[in-house]
Amino acid sequence: MSEALLSVRNLSVQFTTYGQTNQVLKGVSLDVPARSQIALVGESGSGKTVTMRAIMGLLRTPPAKIIGGQIFYDGRDLLTMPDRDRLKLRGTAMSMVFQDPMSSLNPVFTIADQMGTILKYADRRLGRSRSAKERMDRVHEVLGQVRMRDPERVARSYPIMLSGGMRQRVLIAMALLSEPRLLIADEPGTALDVTTQAQILKLLKDLVEERGLALLMITHNLGVVRETSNYVYVMNKGVVVEHRPTAELFEAPRDDYTKALIAAVPRLTGGTSFGKSGAAA
Amino acid sequence: MAAQTVTNEPRRLSNAYQNWYRFSRNPTAVIGAGIVILAILAAILAPWITPYPEHVGAVVNFRARHLPPSAEYWFGTDNVGRDIFTRVIFGLRISLLLALVVLGIAIPVGTTLGLLAGYFGGWVEIVIMRLTDIALAIPPLVMALAVAAVLSPDLINSMLAIAALWWTWHTRLIYSITRQLRAQEFVEAAETLGASKFHILFREILPNCVSALAVKTSLDAGFVILVGASLSFLGLGIQPPTPDLGTMVASGSAFLPDYWWESVLPGMAILVVALGFNLLGDGLRDLFDVQEVR
Amino acid sequence: MSNMLEVVGLTKLFPVRSAFGRKAGEVRAVDNVSFSIENGKVYGLAGESGSGKSTIARMIMGLAQPTSGDILLDGHSITGETGTRAYGRKVQMVFQNPGSSLNPRRTVGQSIAVPLAAHGTPSSEHKRRIAELLEMVQLPADFALRYPHELSGGQKQRVAIARALAVAPQLLILDEPTSALDVSVQARVMDLLVDLGQQLGLTYLFISHDLSLMRNFADTVGVLYLGKIVETGPTASVFEAPQHDYTRLLLASVPVISAEEEALRPKIPLIDGEIPTAEQLIALRNGANPVSQRTSE
Repeated sequence: MSEALLSVRNLSVQFTTYGQTNQVLKGVSLDVPARSQIALVGESGSGKTVTMRAIMGLLRTPPAKIIGGQIFYDGRDLLTMPDRDRLKLRGTAMSMVFQDPMSSLNPVFTIADQMGTILKYADRRLGRSRSAKERMDRVHEVLGQVRMRDPERVARSYPIMLSGGMRQRVLIAMALLSEPRLLIADEPGTALDVTTQAQILKLLKDLVEERGLALLMITHNLGVVRETSNYVYVMNKGVVVEHRPTAELFEAPRDDYTKALIAAVPRLTGGTSFGKSGAAA
Repeated sequence: MAAQTVTNEPRRLSNAYQNWYRFSRNPTAVIGAGIVILAILAAILAPWITPYPEHVGAVVNFRARHLPPSAEYWFGTDNVGRDIFTRVIFGLRISLLLALVVLGIAIPVGTTLGLLAGYFGGWVEIVIMRLTDIALAIPPLVMALAVAAVLSPDLINSMLAIAALWWTWHTRLIYSITRQLRAQEFVEAAETLGASKFHILFREILPNCVSALAVKTSLDAGFVILVGASLSFLGLGIQPPTPDLGTMVASGSAFLPDYWWESVLPGMAILVVALGFNLLGDGLRDLFDVQEVR
Repeated sequence: MSNMLEVVGLTKLFPVRSAFGRKAGEVRAVDNVSFSIENGKVYGLAGESGSGKSTIARMIMGLAQPTSGDILLDGHSITGETGTRAYGRKVQMVFQNPGSSLNPRRTVGQSIAVPLAAHGTPSSEHKRRIAELLEMVQLPADFALRYPHELSGGQKQRVAIARALAVAPQLLILDEPTSALDVSVQARVMDLLVDLGQQLGLTYLFISHDLSLMRNFADTVGVLYLGKIVETGPTASVFEAPQHDYTRLLLASVPVISAEEEALRPKIPLIDGEIPTAEQLIALRNGANPVSQRTSE
């Protein structure tokens, strides 16, 4: 196994609200090797979102507090890095694709404005400089990479003029602007129709393979896990309960929680029965 | 099948506790609340806590005229020798009473009209909102002056004049909230469950307006006090010898800058009380804003 | 077997207005939809956003008026009757988002009391009836004093179900009842719905975009696309041998967790390396498929 690009070691996080303190992450560890597709799956409250935010540096401290562990990127611990260095990595080394295309885009600016601004600040952090035209060229290039038929038109549009699927592609494009090596996708397609979601997931998979990126996907949908990842971490109540190659996990899950989770998913083939007469746990 | 057990999570705190916790962490809000409570208590207990309660009447003590603030007369005395501190506290009574009456009329009227306009739409909405637009275009002070010119310049008349226009703000506010809530699923659910219109308006929608109303009321109270003080400054308020903050500022201004305390200290009282309500209102708004986001 | 619900030629048009309020055209949100539900069975309406499924639910519930068409409940036409109290006794609805279908400022007990009071249950009876209903949905009686924000998503949805059952309806419309819930919680709520359905002899109209759920809950399914039912029939047959392109696309898009399910899914040709949209697929076939109807299991 190649040296992991991203390595979370024993991460523990606590939250303090209204005077009460709860530990939401209890020693979470996971590895994302280069060119791999890792899924982090769990239900609400499992801690998967907190883990993702900790990796990206998006945790609000307070009320959150990292009380232990390390997050290594390319061998360097993000948690002890000076802020300036960490900021340099965001969007450039690792990039996030946000969950809700409806609310993640600012409605009063065009796509070109929003993507141009992101690129401008990323360049600044890296000490690069591009002219406005070069920036626009890059914006169009990336919009083409996410398979937009008419990148110039999309760039000129306001978010409200685009469909949900197109907005999600824009979010992916935004993540790709500065050529990151790691993409973190937060519940991609959850807010979309199932047919649109299928398109987006295929796009993500293709992009990641074409560009040799590493993908860390956060999701609650086991079907998405099976179709888009080759290794999966299952989280429950702040702990990783099981982690295996995807195929193995579904064929022979070891942990009770994983088994219960898989059993609870209704099957397209029928055979899941609900109610007392059913075989529910 | 076993009954569903509550999952192993932190104890869910009651709404009231959460609110109190957040509110108490906001220093300006707590200060505002403190000022308001103090002012209200002082106004209620006025006869018992003031050193010279008889000075609210037609008392004259020429030997003690224009005395500066001292241990004997905390705020000094005015041009006929009355204790200003006592008169300020009693004047507070009038101001707070004004706020109570005006808001006591404006809130029920404005809220009901807003609920009706927001929920029923159609011509009900058109009539009510256009009426509101017209009323909003009339400046309250001008209205009060007009009323004073027609009837006698009297506190009651002034209060009624202000109240007659104040409801419009509440109508607008409740109208917009009702319109948003009307589309919410719990309102639709109430409709499908057969609830009466009265129930939907007052038992489903209105409880959700309470936070906005609380914020607006506390901010308004400060503003009403200021308007009332302005009216009496102009001579439209309560007539002497009954003490009133605005009147005191007006009559004291004749003696500026030598006997500054006669005008400035009542003015400061107005400022502090209005400020208290504003801080309280801001604090409440900060409190409830975050809740909406949740 | 009699039909609890029969919908005939249901249509809902929304006018599109240009400047100055002049009518410039119309949106056919629901286009000549007909289906029926047998007493005690579950009928599933499958579709994505914009398919018209929620509009159909709202029209049957009386929250919206159809432009044309007829709705018959237990044999009687109710097209004019919707919105009245008598109607609310026969049909009830469980909404999608448990967070917003319960009034956040009212306790669970107060929310459940709304239909009780509206339909004439004396207040002395309320407490007992609320406890009864909570027990039916497997929640402890002291939940009546809690506020919605103190409950989990699954618990809130159970309260919504209890409230809908308070007036003992015959038909229950379930509008995406579990899409906001975690999958394990979803399983529990579906268990509850099945058990209650058998216990109380309920008929269900189940609206969902989740095909795997549909497969295991609905007896008959109708696939909605752009306001029309493009395919209908017993669930197993539609899923195992879908005829219409849209149905095939829907089934092919569902992420599944086993090889058997994968084998069941239709294979869709890629266009430009991408999964095609429904319009593209249909255009590919040169003209839309006619509505496909099955006559036997």
